[in-house]
Amino acid sequence: MVERKIRVLVAKPGLDGHDRGAKVIAASLRDAGMEVIYTGLHQTPEKIAATALQEDVDVVALSILSGAHMTLFPRVLDLLRENGMDDVLITGGGIIPQEDVETLQALGIGRLFGPGTATGDAAKYIREWFVENRADAEA
Amino acid sequence: MRRGSFAIMNESGAGALSPQLQRLADGFRSGDPLALARCITRVENQAAGFEDLLHALHDGVGRARRTGLTGPPGAGKSTLTAVVARQLRDRGETVGIVAVDPSSPFTGGALLGDRVRMDDLATEPGIFIRSMASRGSHGGLATTTREAADLMDAFGFDHVLLETVGVGQSELEVATNADSTVVVLVPESGDGIQAMKAGLMEVADLFVVNKADRPGADRLKKEIEVVQAIRAGSPMAAAPAHHGVDLSALSGHDLDPARGHVADSADSLPSIPDWEAPVLKCVASAGEGISELVDRLDAHFSWLEETGMLGAQRQLAALEHTRRVLERAVQRQAATVWKDWIGDGGRTGAFEGSPYEIARRLAGLVGRRPGK
Repeated sequence: MVERKIRVLVAKPGLDGHDRGAKVIAASLRDAGMEVIYTGLHQTPEKIAATALQEDVDVVALSILSGAHMTLFPRVLDLLRENGMDDVLITGGGIIPQEDVETLQALGIGRLFGPGTATGDAAKYIREWFVENRADAEA
Repeated sequence: MRRGSFAIMNESGAGALSPQLQRLADGFRSGDPLALARCITRVENQAAGFEDLLHALHDGVGRARRTGLTGPPGAGKSTLTAVVARQLRDRGETVGIVAVDPSSPFTGGALLGDRVRMDDLATEPGIFIRSMASRGSHGGLATTTREAADLMDAFGFDHVLLETVGVGQSELEVATNADSTVVVLVPESGDGIQAMKAGLMEVADLFVVNKADRPGADRLKKEIEVVQAIRAGSPMAAAPAHHGVDLSALSGHDLDPARGHVADSADSLPSIPDWEAPVLKCVASAGEGISELVDRLDAHFSWLEETGMLGAQRQLAALEHTRRVLERAVQRQAATVWKDWIGDGGRTGAFEGSPYEIARRLAGLVGRRPGK
């Protein structure tokens, strides 16, 4: 059997044009041996959900700097669940206040990374999640 | 665990599906796009039972028109694929896209960015895009790209577009896996055209000079046409070679005469009109030249059908694919035999016999070991 690759969608929803963080994370996940589907700027939750489905990703990582995280994360979560993808990790990063982080995590969103995160942290977190939740799904 | 998974792999004949795969196949047949996506994942990972799954869904394969788009990095293949897909969709046809990007040979990771250029297709009903990493394959496609295309075909898409990694001269696998192959170049490719005469240039059914609003587009178009004319005028033109595939390889096989056109005595059949690969200028990002490209693709497909080339090409491709599946199976079994011989702890001490003697003995076990 070929090694089971972790597939991650890195998407940048919202109207702002700051995609450096998303690109840095995409590159670091690639360097950690993952297959990263990068979709670029201005992704709507609908596009993100459709892409996650077609690409059958294990993880959706969203970069949100616009302040709209309380709308965007739950919307993506709902759409993924509607599509039957309730076993996908939704994680991400951006400028997100701690109380919002807690609210989102209570909804079922995974860890959220703020500014100053070491690039390896996200990859480590995703790999650990994968081993715990997904590795056997394919066996 | 390791041995267990190999045991399953070794049953990869036309076996019964596991309940999980059966559910997946049922979902696939009922038109569930998530089932399609998950079937592709299974196949891409060559997960346990994936060949059984492909076998179970194989009946639906063969209806879609397959178009390959290949060319050097940065030529605009993704953008072109997107606008072609849009045009096909606008006339009511459905489109599956497999876009391949390279895997890192060092980390095994990949950044699959083709969707950036296909952004407005993401939520389009009737279009399904799948990015694939090449995963160590060197032919411009991943080893399971053909099978992913088969799945899209069986799922019912009218078209399957195969976009290769950015290629140089020798990554030509797309040609055997597509009905029509589009080679995408840019004006800056001109200097390299001499080198491309062999290889990439030979697999084209259509050439696109993309980014034709840049200087040098006309010159490149002319250069390609000249190269094509030289080829057409050469003695080789008399041989019905196509897609870089020598049809004479088929001469020991009897094709169905109703569909076929390759016979032992060529003079008993009307000669097949040659297809001359047109050279089209496009500006994919602006949508310029795309209507003509789609028209020419239609024309090429009609030509394939009318001349019977379509059946012959597909038969050759199926043969080639069968060989690869066989090789894959043998490799898998060889790996199992090897693991058994090596043992769990690895073989650290000295061993007796020459490598040749040992390999010959182990080779005798390949195919015989049931793996259970």
